[in-house]
Amino acid sequence: MKVGVVGASGYVGGETLRLLVNHPDVEISMVTSRQHVGEYIHRIQPSLKGFTDLIFSELDYDKMADRCDIVFTAVPHGTATEIVKALYDRGLKVIDLSADYRLHDPADYDKWYGWEHPHPDYLPKSVFGVPELHREQIKKAQLVSCPGCMAVTSMLALAPLIRNDLIDLEHIIVDSKIGSSGAGSGSGTAHAMRAGVIRPYKPAKHRHTGEIEQELSEIAGKKIHVSMSPHAVDVVRGILCTNHTFMKKDMDEKEIWKIYRETYGQEKFIRLIRDKKGLYKFPDPKFVVGSNFCDIGFDIDEENHRLIALSASDNLMKGAAGSAIQNMNVMCGFDEMVGLRYTPLTPV
Amino acid sequence: MNCQECDATLNIPDDASVGEIISCPDCGADFEIAKKSGSNVELKQAESVGEDWGE
Repeated sequence: MKVGVVGASGYVGGETLRLLVNHPDVEISMVTSRQHVGEYIHRIQPSLKGFTDLIFSELDYDKMADRCDIVFTAVPHGTATEIVKALYDRGLKVIDLSADYRLHDPADYDKWYGWEHPHPDYLPKSVFGVPELHREQIKKAQLVSCPGCMAVTSMLALAPLIRNDLIDLEHIIVDSKIGSSGAGSGSGTAHAMRAGVIRPYKPAKHRHTGEIEQELSEIAGKKIHVSMSPHAVDVVRGILCTNHTFMKKDMDEKEIWKIYRETYGQEKFIRLIRDKKGLYKFPDPKFVVGSNFCDIGFDIDEENHRLIALSASDNLMKGAAGSAIQNMNVMCGFDEMVGLRYTPLTPV
Repeated sequence: MNCQECDATLNIPDDASVGEIISCPDCGADFEIAKKSGSNVELKQAESVGEDWGE
């Protein structure tokens, strides 16, 4: 399988390449970057030195269609709309890592991103790229849109609780902490401004809320709203979502374990973490960094009927490039874990 | 035999003896073998010391 990557100079594009160079079933045929045409990839992505001698090329849709079977687009939100359409129209399979084809309702682009989608007729062609929720659709898709990092991390913890009608749908609160790489390589990343930070950067109306509501509403069978507050914290990679929910009827630990086991027992990239011993009692991004796992756990606050669903992921892996490779594996009929069998890097 | 906390299947070796601690592979709950007669095993909650982060 010949693959291309559009926009491979950022963190997400670089992480996608890191995974692709070790994937046994693909050959990287073309890598583009508007800023770095003619430059060796390793000069912009130093960790790939020795793994590829490819050079960044210009984005030429026809050449890409000649050389590739499947293309990853890792460009900033808003700029993927035209690129994805052009590649799709040439018959390529496309895996988009931006937000441009995640939302099904065109009005949601105005609401959450502040712009009008130029190709609303292409939104129904896109499948939301969470295999744990949409595996059968992804198998048949030509266009898959990878989820937002905090969105996928929170929704995987919440989905089983909603599917089993366990929680009050009027009061779901997602409190998220995310590392600096989630902000991308270009903005607000000066060390002096990042070190030691615990910054609430969008306490209300964060744009990932739109995707979470879309997916959870689909599961619930009715429109639901989620309250989300993300915080930038002083780590490079990692997300922790503390998802506060309120039980419709009180449940004990065994019942919650049962629900999560039934939902995710066969899922290869979800680990259930609720341990009474050791350092890793609840999900913690420190123990997923470098891997495609989303770790999920919970605790129960009986007095307040509160069920706290916790989830942790590496924002560049399950939150971006890892999901993209997992989606490719599903779309192409590969083993879902191939190219993703990384144990988390620890200590970090 | 299943964990009394999370209902996971406990792995109790055939040659386990009274007093031995059995740890749940899923949730980490510890159980002490209180009685054993052939394949019949009776467990009791084992004491554990938790960490304290200034709570």
